[in-house]
This record gives sequence, structure tokens and C-alpha cells, in this order.
Amino acid sequence: FLYGSSLFSEEDRFLRANDRAFNLSYKYADNSIKTSKYNFITFLPLNLFEQLQRLANVYFCFLMVLQLIPAVSSLSWFTTAVPLTLVLGITAVKDASDDINRHKSDRQVNNRKTDPYLLLVFYFQADLLLLSSSEPLNLVYVETAELDGETNLKVRQALTVTGELGDSIEALASFNGEVRCEPPNNRLDKFKGTLIYREQSYSLDNDKMLLRGCTLRNTEWCFGLVIFGGADTKLMQNSGKSIFKRTSVDHLMNILVLCIFGFLACMCTVMAIGNAIWESREGYSFQVFLPYEAGINAQLSSFLSFWSYVIVLNTVVPISLYVSVEIIRLGNSFFIDWDRKMYYPKSDTPAQARTTTLNEELGQIKYIFSDKTGTLTQNIMTFNKCSINGRNYGTLEAQAFFRLLALCHTVMSEEKSPGDLYYQAQSPDEGALVTAARNFGFVFLSRTPETITVVEMGRHITYELIAVLDFNNVRKRMSVIVRDPEGKITLFCKGADTIIYERLHPSCDKLMKITTQHLNEYAGDGLRTLVLAYKELDEDYLEKWRQRHHEASISMDEREERLDELYEEIEKDLMLIGASAVEDKLQDGVPQTIEQLAKADIKIWVLTGDKQETAENIGYSCNMLREEMKDIFIVAANTPEGVKQENALRKMCPDAPAVPVVNKSRAGLLWMQTAQKVPDDKVDGHYGLIINGHSLAYALEKDLRLEFLRTACMCQTVICCRVTPLQKAQVVQLVKKYKQAVTLAIGDGANDVSMIKAAHIGVGISGQEGMQAVLSSDFSFAQFRYLQRLLLVHGRWSYLRMSKFLCYFFYKNFSFTFMQFWYAFFCGFSAQLCLDTHYWTAVNQFFVWGSLAAYFAISFTMYSNGMFLIFTSAFPFIGELVFSVSLCKIDFFKLYIIPPRNAPTSWRRLWTFCHQPSHQPLLLSSAEPPPRTVVLFRCHSTILAEQDSQSSFILESGTAQLCLSYLL
Amino acid sequence: MMASSYNAKEEDGHHSGAAGHGGAGAVKSRKPDNTAFKQQRLPAWQPILTAGTVLPAFFVIGLIFIPIGIGLYVTSNNIKEFEIDYTGVDSNSPCYSCARNFSSNSTTPCTCSLNFTLEQPFESNVFMYYGLSNFYQNHRRYVKSRDDSQLNGDLSSLKEPSKECEPYRTSESFPIAPCGAIANSLFNDTLELYYVESNGTRNLVPLVKKGIAWWTDKHVKFRNPSGNSNLTIAFQGTSKPVNWRKPVFELDPLDSENNGFINEDFIVWMRTAALPTFRKLYRIIQKKPSTTPTLPSGRYILTVTYNYPVLSFDGRKRMILSTISWMGGKNPFLGIAYITVGSICFFLGADIPN
Repeated sequence: FLYGSSLFSEEDRFLRANDRAFNLSYKYADNSIKTSKYNFITFLPLNLFEQLQRLANVYFCFLMVLQLIPAVSSLSWFTTAVPLTLVLGITAVKDASDDINRHKSDRQVNNRKTDPYLLLVFYFQADLLLLSSSEPLNLVYVETAELDGETNLKVRQALTVTGELGDSIEALASFNGEVRCEPPNNRLDKFKGTLIYREQSYSLDNDKMLLRGCTLRNTEWCFGLVIFGGADTKLMQNSGKSIFKRTSVDHLMNILVLCIFGFLACMCTVMAIGNAIWESREGYSFQVFLPYEAGINAQLSSFLSFWSYVIVLNTVVPISLYVSVEIIRLGNSFFIDWDRKMYYPKSDTPAQARTTTLNEELGQIKYIFSDKTGTLTQNIMTFNKCSINGRNYGTLEAQAFFRLLALCHTVMSEEKSPGDLYYQAQSPDEGALVTAARNFGFVFLSRTPETITVVEMGRHITYELIAVLDFNNVRKRMSVIVRDPEGKITLFCKGADTIIYERLHPSCDKLMKITTQHLNEYAGDGLRTLVLAYKELDEDYLEKWRQRHHEASISMDEREERLDELYEEIEKDLMLIGASAVEDKLQDGVPQTIEQLAKADIKIWVLTGDKQETAENIGYSCNMLREEMKDIFIVAANTPEGVKQENALRKMCPDAPAVPVVNKSRAGLLWMQTAQKVPDDKVDGHYGLIINGHSLAYALEKDLRLEFLRTACMCQTVICCRVTPLQKAQVVQLVKKYKQAVTLAIGDGANDVSMIKAAHIGVGISGQEGMQAVLSSDFSFAQFRYLQRLLLVHGRWSYLRMSKFLCYFFYKNFSFTFMQFWYAFFCGFSAQLCLDTHYWTAVNQFFVWGSLAAYFAISFTMYSNGMFLIFTSAFPFIGELVFSVSLCKIDFFKLYIIPPRNAPTSWRRLWTFCHQPSHQPLLLSSAEPPPRTVVLFRCHSTILAEQDSQSSFILESGTAQLCLSYLL
Repeated sequence: MMASSYNAKEEDGHHSGAAGHGGAGAVKSRKPDNTAFKQQRLPAWQPILTAGTVLPAFFVIGLIFIPIGIGLYVTSNNIKEFEIDYTGVDSNSPCYSCARNFSSNSTTPCTCSLNFTLEQPFESNVFMYYGLSNFYQNHRRYVKSRDDSQLNGDLSSLKEPSKECEPYRTSESFPIAPCGAIANSLFNDTLELYYVESNGTRNLVPLVKKGIAWWTDKHVKFRNPSGNSNLTIAFQGTSKPVNWRKPVFELDPLDSENNGFINEDFIVWMRTAALPTFRKLYRIIQKKPSTTPTLPSGRYILTVTYNYPVLSFDGRKRMILSTISWMGGKNPFLGIAYITVGSICFFLGADIPN
């Protein structure tokens, strides 16, 4: 069945059907997939090599080598060898079992038979060019849930010329078309290629492709030509290419670990110097009982003791920290997944932490960038109002209006039972409009690629579909060109008002004014508006246009640009029909959520493609813009100068410096990166800012963007309307770069993907508009209001837990190590352990694993909701509204503001945690035996010293561990 | 306020489980389980640290600690301890000449006597320790300079001691038993105690040397080489440690059961001290069956057979007599610490504003 196996050169891909030799000459990827990494023989060396690339393992190996040198070895080699083998062993077993599974699945996938004759539902195993199908007009219905999560049926149609091949095996076997197409890529919605068959070239686009991962539906059989196989398929190209997002805690940890390495070196140097002094003074005279080793003098002994102490004091290096932190994050992610308060029963969607490494960053969000449609609103559209010909309900115009609605769309209809029409729309707007048309007597019945059948006031009419000028985010409009049974050719166009207005015939000016008035009214009510227009075309012109359209659509170079030009050309001088308004209700709890987030000092920017008025209205209805605001600036200029003039900076803060201050500082690992930061300006009162896409484009230019950023950051609320997906990402990046603040982007549609990827944390709303946003997000849930719980509860908890854990981790490392450090002063800096070796090993391992266990045991119960039941007033966490929120919310929000930002992991605090254990073991030596004395005292001194913080809990557990060690 | 009241009603209330456990064919709900762990509702308690809670806590801690401290302090004070330095650093101290004229190969042992007075009688069992200062028994090279399997009676290790014992591994091509620096530096002063009665007669205080080592050491860790009950033959082919005057099988001329590796003085010494100033149990003075105190107050004479050199490294030697209590030896530190902490807490806590 596989016709030509495929593939390509970097530029273009050529393949010829049924010509194996020709295709093989290009060495394209075959359809077998190899995901396994090892085989039986290579496993051990490869796996070891891979594992030894990890810093921690290398470090342990280095230690072990040191311990094998007898003069240096202060610990027996097994203290390191045992954990190292354990870690390597467990990882190897895990890798091995993973690989066995991969081998299995590879085998299974590669052996899976694709037999379209027998199966009604089957998965495509490669990216195919559709040749022919069982359905009339070579249609094929597919579901792409596995690719993009959208469950509505999509239509694919084969070229008529290949469709003629039918299911005749001979014809298919002798098919010798040549395909020239783009190289493998990961764009699911685009395909560009040409088929050369019988010396004719035909354009190939995404509509003729069946991608791997699609499911065939309602279709008996189909034949296809494999274009991309194996790893070249779009599905495979899309997988496994995630960008690693790292949190600020990660950066902090890297710096800390480096510092600690330095600190270890310092300690060892002190020990080496101490050893030199001791050996030359005390050691020299003590030779009566302890003679020098042969050939080792004080200098050499001092050098050796440096390395001995590297081994003894290695416990200070938190090398297991990375693993522990990952495990904790994973645990916290599970708590997000498990949270019933973020579960949406209506769509049976629980929240999902898709990235498990970002939890604590959730507690530090300063800016939220939100989409509007589907994020703040439900994205369930209802046709609400319309303006036809300036509210003149003349029958002709009304008919044209609804005819347009019934014709100009990409909705699929499905007649489940006679009379029960069911529309499958890719966007809810379209569904609402087509349904509205049906309710007004213009029933969209069915479509084929070349016709659309509607019932107009009871009459069946079949329109010939000449062209569909598709919708996209740049065009912001769609058109269809149809020929009615009388032969009249009409172009119907619907789209965003600004776009359509630019393309109207001058004779519509008057109507335009009235319609604009209506549009503003609708937008003021928060409705989504579309403007409808039409144009009559004459046959000759259309014929020429079609010719050029065909040429453009089969060209390989600049196909999209050429098509756009053609569309631009035909979509002009349109006649205005009217405007429709669709209502999109706010989701539950949005105003409240926004209010709470604002109280937690989180700034929310709404970035929407909607009209300014709609956006403004939504801003009011969800509490972002408020009457008590001092001023709301609206920037809607069309020139850079205009934008500059409207800049509201002066009005808000006359004292602000004219030139934005940029603080440059060094950041990151080893301070290699330069960080730029624009400091916040102080401003009295609350302001709002609304800026439209045109102005935003100027505001984002180099000379204005800092000015824009300052202004925007002074405002409580920023709404950007009419923005493109690219602009959304640019705004996020601007804030990210110059504010050095943690950003979160939340959205539900494909147009939010860029913004979601650009922000520190991307949140996807799994709603009406497919799964693209969710697939590229880090966290996903079904309703905007869960953001509150995600940030204020999970984020805060994760952050607190993490910072507590870090503090505790350093505490236990330092206390365990300082014991050895101070003991050195009493044992002649000889690197003698102050505990028995076996016991030391046990305690060390107990610490490594026990710290995790202790952490989970203590911290989770500490922060679990159980506390509410005991101290209701002290734990007014949001989301727990059994008790009145208003009573204590202020405290809570302050809590969010004060500790999570920087405080728990601040250097001062870490210092407290680190130096404290350093002096505690001193007490050990100041007291004579029995050692129990010291232990008891230590416990109490800890209570005393830690009176200021809740951490005493964890400290106590650490102390308890230490106590245990002394006691034993 | 009205805000947020949406929260409670929808999420947790009516929908619980209903969707999940529908009839046959119903898709299993993805609603997370309502367990205390998953919903983070585990019972928990966390102290809220405010002045109102911390200060009373301090007060209570003070109230508890001060009595404990006093109890510990009194107990420690009731322990009687006597310590005397016999190193002989001062020219007027009795052991001065022994310390000065020390020579390891002199055959006649140097003896010196110290007079001292016990002001109070020592009741019950009295423990006699020797104490050393500035002696680094905790040096890494010293600590590892032993062969545990040799000490455990292993025959091959007896003939072929571990390398760790260097440079006290062999002597004149014979393996040293017991090998290593620890054994070589065995404390070998002999201490004798006399009670001087009021009429001037000296009575030897009976010192018990049985039971000063740990049971596990004596019976498990340390064993004489097996094969021959006659230790002289068992240790044939080995050499005594260089510093020793007599071989290991002649350590105790009075008790044949206390010779070889299981000599209790030897075992006590082999358990190395953690700090450079330490004391080790030397003898036990058993309490008398009658009501007379074990050591009545009065004059005593300590006779030292001075064999152990410490002056070269500025070390000190002491003899300590001590009774014990339930909390071990004399240790006022713990009691003082409790009292101090308790008092601070008490005074902090006593300042409660209300």
C-alpha cells in the first residue's frame, strides 16, 4: 500500500510514486521508528557514559578516586561507593526498563499493519497525500484529536485527477505522479507542494494531506501517497521539542552550589594550614607515640590533609539537592493535578501541571498576561444583535445578510437523523452565526468542496462554491465566492470592522457611519462584532482571477504572499450589508479572581484581538477598570508621534525622569549575563491604560518601548486590544526583559501560543478552541478563576515549601559538616571523623534520604488545609471560603506579597541557617562527656535561637536527626 | 462579601463522585479523589508565633527547666570527685625526679608517692581513673594504627599484621603482637592507693581490675589467638611492641585469665579517646559490705610506678577518684545550662504584657 517511500533534500523534497529506486536515491527516512537507545551489548558502556555526564556522578567518582589513595583516604571507599553504585544502579535499571519498553513499542509500531479496506477507524502511520477515497468527490473525514486535540470532523479532499484512480489496484500501481514539496517541518496547519502528473502540475496544500496521528472517520477507504515517514512526520517533528524553562530558584541554587564549592575549598585550606602548624609543633613532639610516616613531612602532610578534608567535608556540597528539589516539585505538581478545587465538572477537566519543574515560580508571579476570548469569557457564543443596512430591515438586505451568514463560513454539517442538523464549527463565532441564520430561515444544509446547499425560506438552493478565501489572524476576514443557480456570482465577506471598512466601496460611506454607531453600541455592551459585506463579480474577471489564483496556488515560492495579494485584489470595493454582534459571556468568578489577584499585587494585562470598545467594556465588567480610577488613558494613535503625545506618563507622574532609567546589573551563573531593569516609578492613585494594536506597534519600537513600559507599569490595568499573536509575545518579552519580573501568560487559542511560550509560565485554558494553547502550556485547567488557586494557594505553598526545604537542606548540610570542621581542631587536623565510619555513612545516607522524608512528612502536614480547622483566623488562605474571607483577606494578601518575593531564600536568612549550625557543635567540645549533656542542650538552644520563625519545626527535625547521631 | 462565594458551592459540593461512578458504560470521571492526602487536608498543627503564644511558652519552659537544672546540678554536686596531677612538672613535686630521669631502658622502675587528703568520705563504688592531657589518641594515623583481626585472635593476622600498623608492624623481622601505635603506647604506670590511718599505718586500698572493660570488647572484639591455651606458645614467633617491657601474655602476672589480648587494661586503652584530654577507667574500689564508706575521709598516699613518659610532648598525667550517679560522672555543665536557659526563658516569659 505504501506507494513511494519518501524523502528529501534540505530545500525541497522530490518523490515519484511507484518508483522505489528513484525515491531511495534521496535517502529519505523510512517509516520505521527507532526510539530505543541501547542494545544488549552497548547498554553498559553507553549508559555509564551517559550517567557520568551528570555533575553529581562525576563528583562522587572523583571522591571515590580520592578515597582509594591510602594517604588521603579519611573514609573507607565504600562510604562513597555504596551510594554511587546505588544511584547508578537504580538509574541504569530504570533506563534499561524504559529502553525495553521502547524496543517493544518500536517493534509494535513498526509492525502495525495499515489496511484501509478493513477498518472503519484507523490511524495513519505516515503523512500521506490523499489520492482517492470511497466517498463522493474524493472526500475523507478525519479527526485530529491526537494532533491538536480538536474533536470536530475535518474534511480532506483529494485532487480530482488522482481521485479518478479510485480503488483500482492496477491504476494505482501505475500512478507515476511526481511530488515536489517542502522539507519536513512541524507546522501542522501548513503544507506546500505540487504534484506533477501527466505533465500537468497541481497545487497541494494542507487539505490534501492526511497526517500521522489523524483518525479516519465515516470513510470506507482511501489511498494515499506517503510523503513523510517515520521521524519526518509532522507528529514526530512536533514531539519532544520543548524548551526547558528554569525557575529563579534554579538559578539561585546554581549560584549557591558554586559558592559552597568555594566555601569547601576555603575550609579545606584552613584545615591544611592548621595541619601544617599542628604537625610542625604538636605532632613533632608527639612522635614518641606517633612517628611520622616514612617520607612525609609537615608540608606534604598538610597537602594530603587538604584532600582528606575534601572527602570528610564533602557533605557540605548539596549535590543531592538537585534530585531532591526535582522530587519535591514533582510532588507539588501532583497536588496540583489532584486538586478538586481546580476540577471543572462540566467538561470533566482536572487541572494539569504539564511542566513539573515550575511550581515555586507560580508563587512569584508579578505580571499576568491574559487573553480575553475563551479565557476571561466562556467562548460560548450567542447571536445577540445585528445591524442590517443601518437598521433598515428591508427584506432584500435582510435576505442578503442571512444568506451571507449561511454561506460564508467553514462549518461542517452532519445530519445525525433526518431533520436533526448538527453543526461542527472550528470557532464558536461561526457556529453562532450559522445557527442564527438557520433560525431566521436560511438553513445551511450541507457542503461539498464545490457546492453549498442551503434552504432559503423553504426553497432548496445549491450554490456553486468557486473559492474560499480563508480566515487567518492577519487577514482577520474570510470570503467565499459563490455562483447561484441563476448564474450570478457574488463574493461574500465577513470580518473585523476595521479591515472591512478599509475595503468598502465609497458609496457605502453613509451606511458605514450608521453601522459604526451601532457597532460602538454593541461593543459597549461587550459583544463581539463582525461586519458583513458583499460584492458582485462578473464572469470574465473571475475567470482571469481564477487562472492567476491557480498559478499562485501551485507555485512553490512565496505562495502565501502571492495568494494574499490576489485576495487583497478581489476583496475590495465591497458593499456593506451590516454587522452582527455575538455575545460571549464572562466566565464565572472572573471579576472576583481579578480583584483578588490585584490585591496580591499582581498586575494583569489583557491582550485581546477584540475591538477597543469591547475590550474596554470587558475591562469594566471584570473589575479591571473601575470608576474610582483617576484616569483611563486611551492610546489609539496611528503615528509614532501621536503615540508619543498621548503618552500618559506626565499626567500620572510629573516628576518622573524624562529618560527611562535602566539599571544594568550582572546576573545568572558566574554573572555572565547582563540584566537590564527598568525600576518601577511611584505613582499616586490608580490608572488604567488602553492601547490598540496600531499604537502598540509603534510603542513596541525601539525608541518608544521603554517609555511605553514605564507608562504601562504605572497603571493598575493595561488592556491591549486589536493585537496580533506576535505582538502578544512581544509585550510579554518586553516586560520579561526590562522588569526582570516573573510573568505568566494565560490563553486558550492558537493565537495565544506565542505568548504562552514567551512567558515564564504559560497557562492554557482547555476550552472551546482546541488544544494548541494547552499543548504548549505549562499548566492547564478549564476556567480562568482557577488561576487564583493556582497562584495564591499552590504557587505560594510550593514556594514556601521549596524555600523551607532549601533552608533546611543547607542547615542539615552545614550542621553535619561543621561538626567535622570543629572537631579538626581537637584531633590535630588529621581528618579523623568524629563518628565511627560505618555510623557516619549511615547518618549521611539517613540525611540524604531522610531529609526528603522529613520534608514530606513535616512540610505537607504543616501547610495542609487541616490547619484551618484549628486556627481558622490565622490561615485565611484564599479558596478556603468556608470562613469569611473578608475578615482576614488583607493579611493573606500581604502574606503573598511579603514572604514569597525573595524573603525566604534571601541571603540573610540563608546565612542564619548556615552559620547557626556552625557554632552549635562547638558546644559539644566545650562540654565534657557524657555527650548526652550536649545533645539536650543543643535542642534547647535551638528552640531559643529560632524563636522568630516557624521553621523551628523543620529545624527541630534536623536537630532531632543530629541528636540521634550524638546519642548513638 | 459576595465575591468568591461561587467557589465553595460549585467545586466541592453537589458534584462529588456522582459523575464518576455512573452506570455501565459511563466514562470514568477524571475528578480527583477526595482523600485527605490528595486534597492536602491532612490534620496538621503549626505553632503561630506571636507574643501571646511565644511568651507564655517561654514562661512554661522556664518553669520546667529551672527545676530540672537544679536537680541536675545538685546531683552532679553530690558526686564526689578527686583529681591529682602526678606528672611531676614542678621541681618540688614528688614525681619530679622520676619525670626528669625517665629512660625507657632502665630496668629499675622509678617510684614516687603523693600524699593527698579526702575531705569527704566517698560512698558506694568508687572509680579510679587515670587521665592524660595533650595526648592525641584521636589522630587519624593513630586511630587506624591497629589490626582488629589480629586482636580478635586471627592466626594469619597474628603472623602477618595489617599494613595499617606501620611502623609498629614488625620488630627484628618478627611480627609485633599486638601491632600498631595504639598498642605500642599502652599506658603502663602502676598506681597504688594507701589509706593512712590516724595512727600512721598505711593500709593498701584493694583495687579491682575486673570489669573495667566493656563486656563486648572483652568477649567479642578481643580474643587470644586460638589453638593453644598456653599463651606463651600461642604468641610464639611474635615480638612484643617496642615500647613494652614485657610481652602481651605476661601483662598480668597475678591473673592468668587476664593476659594476652583480653587484658582489661589493654582493652580499655585500645578504645581510643575522642579528645586529646581524656580519662580512662583504671580500677574499681568496691564498696564495703559494712556501713563504713568505701573511702573514708582522711589522708591517702598514691604510689606511682612511673613508667609512662609524657613530658616530651607537654602531656599531663592525673589520677581521678570519683563516685557516680544515675547521670554518670560529675558534670555541672548540664545543670548550669538548664538553669541558665530556664532563667532566660523565665524572665523573657515573665514579661507577658497582659
